Amino acid sequence: MGFEKFGVVSFTSDAKVAPLVDYLEKGKVMMTKCQQCGKAFFPPKADCPRCVSSNVEWLEISSIGTLLAFTVVNYGPSGFENDTPYTLGIAEFEEGVKVLGRVSKAISPEDVKVGMRVKLAPLKLANEQIIYEMQRS
Amino acid sequence: MQEVAIVGAGQSVFSRNCGMSIRELCFEAYKEAIEGLNLSHKEIDASIICSAPEYDKQRTPAALISEYLELTPKPTFYIESICSSSSTGLRVAWSLIKSGLHQVIAVIGFQKMSELTSREAAERMGRGDDIMFGSPLGITMPAGYAMYAHAHMAKYGTTEEDLALIRVKNSNYGAMNPKATYRKALSLEEILTSDVICSPLKKYDCCANADGSSCLLIASAEKAKKITSKPVWIMGIGMGTSELNMSARESLTSLNCAREAARQAYQMADLGPEDIDVAEVHDCFTIAELLAYEDLRFAQPGEGVRLIRDKQTYVGGKIPVNTDGGLLSKGHPIGATGGSQIRTIVRQLRGEAGETQVENTQIGLIHNVGGVGTYANVTILGR
Repeated sequence: MGFEKFGVVSFTSDAKVAPLVDYLEKGKVMMTKCQQCGKAFFPPKADCPRCVSSNVEWLEISSIGTLLAFTVVNYGPSGFENDTPYTLGIAEFEEGVKVLGRVSKAISPEDVKVGMRVKLAPLKLANEQIIYEMQRS
Repeated sequence: MQEVAIVGAGQSVFSRNCGMSIRELCFEAYKEAIEGLNLSHKEIDASIICSAPEYDKQRTPAALISEYLELTPKPTFYIESICSSSSTGLRVAWSLIKSGLHQVIAVIGFQKMSELTSREAAERMGRGDDIMFGSPLGITMPAGYAMYAHAHMAKYGTTEEDLALIRVKNSNYGAMNPKATYRKALSLEEILTSDVICSPLKKYDCCANADGSSCLLIASAEKAKKITSKPVWIMGIGMGTSELNMSARESLTSLNCAREAARQAYQMADLGPEDIDVAEVHDCFTIAELLAYEDLRFAQPGEGVRLIRDKQTYVGGKIPVNTDGGLLSKGHPIGATGGSQIRTIVRQLRGEAGETQVENTQIGLIHNVGGVGTYANVTILGR
């Protein structure tokens, strides 16, 4: 339990990485990192398949990232009908991970550009669900 | 490498609503594939049925299709890799024949997208990505490819017009394909002014769901020579996989799975991109065809646009691509698409492609991708 709080729409509840949600509630967007080999994981993994180890730690993605790709979605799937248009993006961060996420609605879609500098922040939704978004840094 | 051959290839008409059941739909493709061959259905010693199960009403359709075509009691089973299911079926058939376990195999792909209501289709579309970290944010197939498009545009200066030129070409050939859902040539302006689905992709940058089936009959060399005077030989097969979640991927301007599949296929065939006379590539979106030019090494990274701007991927150009109109014109019945692409190359190699025939074709290539660049099969065929 616990992971059902993540997402505009949730599809699953049980996950060893459910602490992601607790950290979001506390204002932090986190990744995991293998304590043996140092590999960083986003989406967070509870296990390192290289070391065959579950010895991972949670670390905050606090750096300023660079937007690599984006799209303004005008037609969404079920559950997103009232949410469109929304912008999705993928940004790369200094912690060694890329993150797929929402680009903040505070940034006008015309102003979203590949290469723009962004930071991650949790976003509490009206339905009590929580996600993270990319904000202008 | 003349060890495994395609002896027959067929497809149904692709349409928005086929008005028949899935078993009847599969018969349409089977009929076209087996007609004219010196082959009885009793000699087909296994069948591989390919579709994307989330779009099927029928559970475990393999036995049902096998029953309808009277292929029982021989083995039948189901293969899935979303939009690349039937080329994965071909890969499995190749292995089973190479191993000596079977001599003649039917690979049947189908999808009846009209079986779902638009509400049901939208629900399934919403679960097409990583259900923990992608789908909850509202990512869809067009959104995924749209992100590749923006990344490619930013890195290489590719334009929306370049993408639209791909649809102009494919709609031109779609108009000549009696089995395509969309048979109308589109102008650049019509494409560029169509509704934006996920920026920068517009309605006409996207393929549409369709109903359809495909059938490939695969045989060992010994059997193939008895079945037909025009066997088409499988010279190279390759398959690659990318991470499902796009944020875990190394590149956003190229599909790693397709590059890997191409590397394997060229290596097995001992051929290079310069040896390919005609190709079918997975143009579920216009950007996907552009990425294919580069992933298949028909062009250097970032230079794929030159091929379309200079019309080098038209019939008569350096490397004609999607002479059947592609998914953009034919429509995309998920499980049937790979088999339909392979059928087009088989017809090109046999000199049966009519007004879209490429002259003196010796070697053809098929690039069939599942998901947003998740799975890729590259197949090289020769005559």
